[in-house]
Amino acid sequence: MRFAVLQFPGSNCDQDSFNAIRDVLKQPVRYAWHKDTRIDPDETVIVPGGFSYGDYLRCGAIARFSPIMGAVKDAAARGQTVLGICNGFQILCEAGLLPGALVRNTGLHFLCETVTLTVANNRTRFTKLAQDGETLRIPIAHGEGNYRVDAGTLKAMEDHGQVVFRYAGGAPNGSLSDIAGVCNKEGNVLGMMPHPERACEPLLGSADGLKIFQSLLNHS
Amino acid sequence: MKAIVTVTPKKSILDPQGDAVRKAIHHLGMECVESVRVGKHIELEISGSDIGKTREKLEEVAKNLLSNPVIEDYKIEIH
Repeated sequence: MRFAVLQFPGSNCDQDSFNAIRDVLKQPVRYAWHKDTRIDPDETVIVPGGFSYGDYLRCGAIARFSPIMGAVKDAAARGQTVLGICNGFQILCEAGLLPGALVRNTGLHFLCETVTLTVANNRTRFTKLAQDGETLRIPIAHGEGNYRVDAGTLKAMEDHGQVVFRYAGGAPNGSLSDIAGVCNKEGNVLGMMPHPERACEPLLGSADGLKIFQSLLNHS
Repeated sequence: MKAIVTVTPKKSILDPQGDAVRKAIHHLGMECVESVRVGKHIELEISGSDIGKTREKLEEVAKNLLSNPVIEDYKIEIH
């Protein structure tokens, strides 16, 4: 399965994503610079974490207009897998590929800790190998992870199974409905604030994140 | 011409920043401040003289880039 990890000015989790895919998952992976316009029809897109454009204006607000995002939108429309992690989730929301928006954590603190997620929907291509309600230990590192969406859209999302991950025991950042990750209606685009690419090797504290990447491999 | 775009968090959105500022203002002795919302003031210098066309284009820019309509409102003034 071929992967493309996007790189924007200010992305800093691109290498972690690349290494997890190349060294742990052992799949072909390349970087896609933000000024390129090519995403191949057989590529899975990773929109990595970091501080694209310094989080200027709003997190992901400027990255969403980078040339590569046109190709990502086309890929998403074709049904290709797009996984947005942290800043990647913010970019996908700004780009309209996912509903809602991420705002400042309610406590205002930048949260840097390992959290427990529960799998709210194990029928997506990202969570097929997980049990319903299974818990995953995955690190978070963000200042703007508070997921917001209007009540009507939230209800529709919950009815369609678009809420994929929740923070067990309550969201540390104040996210509505304890939401940690959501997918689009079609189920091929997912955004999550926690960093699964940092939880692929036991040496780093948890290999629970690997399940998400392996689910994708299993899906193809 | 000069344009000013003001972006503010929607009234329905929790504004943690505004809340933190409100508490700090209370610490400074102004307890009568009941609520604070923090937004952005964006100034643009625009060449040309067609105010109508400029406003039209600026509406798109304000909707797509300067503000996020999911969580923010915007207001445009052109001088």
